[in-house]
Amino acid sequence: MSWERPPAGSAAPAADTDADRTPVPDADVCVIGAGPAGGIVADRLAAAGREVVLLEAGPRFDPDDRLARQERAIRPAYDRPDVWDADPERDAYESSGERFYPLNHARARGIGGSTLHWQGMVMRLHEDDFASESVRGVGADWPIDYDDLRPYYAAAERELGVAGAADNPFAPPREQPHPMPAFPPSYSDSLFAAACDELEIAMHSVPNARNSEAYDDRSACVGYGTCQPVCPSGAKYDATVHVERAERRGTTVIDRAPVQRLVHGPDAIEAAVYATPDGQRHRQSADAFVIACGGVETPRLLLLSESSHYPDGLANSSGLVGRYFMDHLFAGTGGVLDEPTRQNHVGFLTSESHQFYDEADAEQAPFKLEFFNYDGPSPVGMALSSDGADWGDDLLAELRSAYGTHIGMGGLVEQLPREDSYVGLDHSTTDDHGNPVPDIHWTVGDRALETIERVNEIQEEILAELGTEITWQVGPEGTGPAYHHMGTTRMGSDPAESVVGPDLRTHDLENCWIASSSVFPTGGAMNPTLTIAALALKAADHVLEVA
Amino acid sequence: MELTRRDAVAALSALGLGGTLAGCVAPPGSEPVDVEGLRETLVAAAEVVYPSEVSGIEPFVAAFFEGRLADRDHVAGLEAAVAELDGNAGVWFDEEFAALSVADREQVLRNVGADEADEDPSGTASERVRYYVVNDLLLALYASPTGGELVGLENPQGHAGGIGSYQRGPNA
Ligand SMILES: Cc1cc2nc3c(=O)[nH]c(=O)nc-3n(C[C@H](O)[C@H](O)[C@H](O)COP(=O)(O)OP(=O)(O)OC[C@H]3O[C@@H](n4cnc5c(N)ncnc54)[C@H](O)[C@@H]3O)c2cc1C
Ligand code: SF4
Repeated sequence: MSWERPPAGSAAPAADTDADRTPVPDADVCVIGAGPAGGIVADRLAAAGREVVLLEAGPRFDPDDRLARQERAIRPAYDRPDVWDADPERDAYESSGERFYPLNHARARGIGGSTLHWQGMVMRLHEDDFASESVRGVGADWPIDYDDLRPYYAAAERELGVAGAADNPFAPPREQPHPMPAFPPSYSDSLFAAACDELEIAMHSVPNARNSEAYDDRSACVGYGTCQPVCPSGAKYDATVHVERAERRGTTVIDRAPVQRLVHGPDAIEAAVYATPDGQRHRQSADAFVIACGGVETPRLLLLSESSHYPDGLANSSGLVGRYFMDHLFAGTGGVLDEPTRQNHVGFLTSESHQFYDEADAEQAPFKLEFFNYDGPSPVGMALSSDGADWGDDLLAELRSAYGTHIGMGGLVEQLPREDSYVGLDHSTTDDHGNPVPDIHWTVGDRALETIERVNEIQEEILAELGTEITWQVGPEGTGPAYHHMGTTRMGSDPAESVVGPDLRTHDLENCWIASSSVFPTGGAMNPTLTIAALALKAADHVLEVA
Repeated sequence: MELTRRDAVAALSALGLGGTLAGCVAPPGSEPVDVEGLRETLVAAAEVVYPSEVSGIEPFVAAFFEGRLADRDHVAGLEAAVAELDGNAGVWFDEEFAALSVADREQVLRNVGADEADEDPSGTASERVRYYVVNDLLLALYASPTGGELVGLENPQGHAGGIGSYQRGPNA
């Protein structure tokens, strides 16, 4: 019997207040935030021989707890944020926009960052996404194009370990195959394929940061089906991969060390002041700083680090830190067939369609279509709910009638960057360290909402062709965020119009880089993390040019 | 449908409780635990909450319970829930829960409100019985291959059933 993997209630972060959390003398680079962006930057810099310290606000989770966390994901007693020990005081926030923003469902905090919780779909942006204003007449152009990022995309696919195929006729050009073969299509994909054939809609594979075979000393996917929010086998990539590798290369990783302020002069950061669980504050000095705190905490840390020189927040001469907050909008439709659809065996997607993506213009946003493998109830989750039949034969009969014939589709839609969509500070509420909490003021805009209607129409058409009785739809009214925080420290060539340059360095400070989707000028409609990883690799190269 | 050793091992590994089914071990901790009594109560409750077409309940639940014993807090929660069931059984039927007929056991589960309650490990007595007894047992069953198969899903969530089944059609 193995005693070290206890049930749901006992999974907890290590409570070691005694660990050495003192600053590293003579650090070359201080990286803040241990998600994929920070993990990849730290790993790269350590591999190049730099003395790196990585500061992470959240804890280091015990890998042996993952099965217990999986139980939390299944049991109704636990909310999603409980799976990775979200802390209501540490993670307090305000949502003041026209739509509520559920921030603590949209991130995880600790070594590994939000990839602990993520789904793991990873695609490259399309070429036009980098030139939205020029090509589509709306949004903002990136100061770099697809070709600039292309080698970094290929490297990022190797870093994350991506299973994919070259069967997507709409994807941008690529130079070599994905590191692993794509996951084969699901049974329900084959049902969709017949309908899509009729309608001349092309389906293709989904690139997954998930091992279709053993890769990078991690196991192949074993089909636990709880990818989001926890993969117990390690087959799904998460950033502990890079943080641990960086550590093996000499990086000092300090967990439970939230950076409170960046101490700076007019042109450079001098130190990151961080708190530790023993109530102490420390100053980590370094030659260079890389901020990788995600799309919400990155602008927040800059705004908190205001000074007489930067009264509106550090690196904020443009006044745009926190502005242009974007997410992707979800659009979905589903129902039931009169035949089995074999859902909920695995927790990831195997087919999509990018067919309509590049039709985008000023009126229609880019969007992609997703074919679900997990529509409808998961029997074990339903069995534990107190609604309906209690137990025994009645419960089994209910599960049998509820499970088996559901079928559904999702889709992601771009929203445009808008100044009135922003992350600010809410001075009326403070976190566990007395800092004003982030205020998410999320504004979506008509182009995205109208495009959602179009996505719904296509979904209805496909499902009707299949003979589906439609039972649910998420349209413009009910839409919500896909948990991709973008835009809040946008990249550009003009310091008056952007926060970082094409080299990811802040225009204001010579030794500060940002690795995050916060630099995306326009978001496209692809899940962002492959692009985040590519930009992190690029940022590391730029740091190495000077530090 | 027969619950097998494979299901117990699957349930245990799905829930983070290791793979071997070696002899019963009392959990570490100072308070002695009536392991036998807890096991009997869980088996007795499983005979109510599992569907009638399931057989092989006793060894399945015993193996699952052995894994749950690893955690002292979980066992303490279970002990309190079992005390609740025994208390109610004593008042109404003058017997311990495990000694009652299946119908009377079901009545006791309803008396304590475990049918209506949402599970909550630190909630009211009803919510705790639902968490530590009813739902722990349902979780073990429906995250196992046999429990999944009862519903038509041979690789249920929580079970590492590989990546073959999602590709297969209903008649494969
Ligand atoms: C449910 C869900 C599903 C998702 N699915 C997908 C998907 O399929 N595909 C995809 O591409 N993306 C997906 N994402 C998004 C993806 O997780 C993020 O894009 C990615 O993790 C961002 O990486 P990051 O390193 O920039 O930030 P994060 O991963 O959020 O990491 C930031 C880290 O910085 C730390 N930090 C913050 N402030 C401080 C501070 N002041 N001091 C020290 N540390 C700090 C945080 O605690 C955190 O650990 C999903 C997200 C969620 C929540
Ligand atoms: S299905 Fe998801 S959770 Fe299960 S092993 Fe594969 S990646 Fe991990």
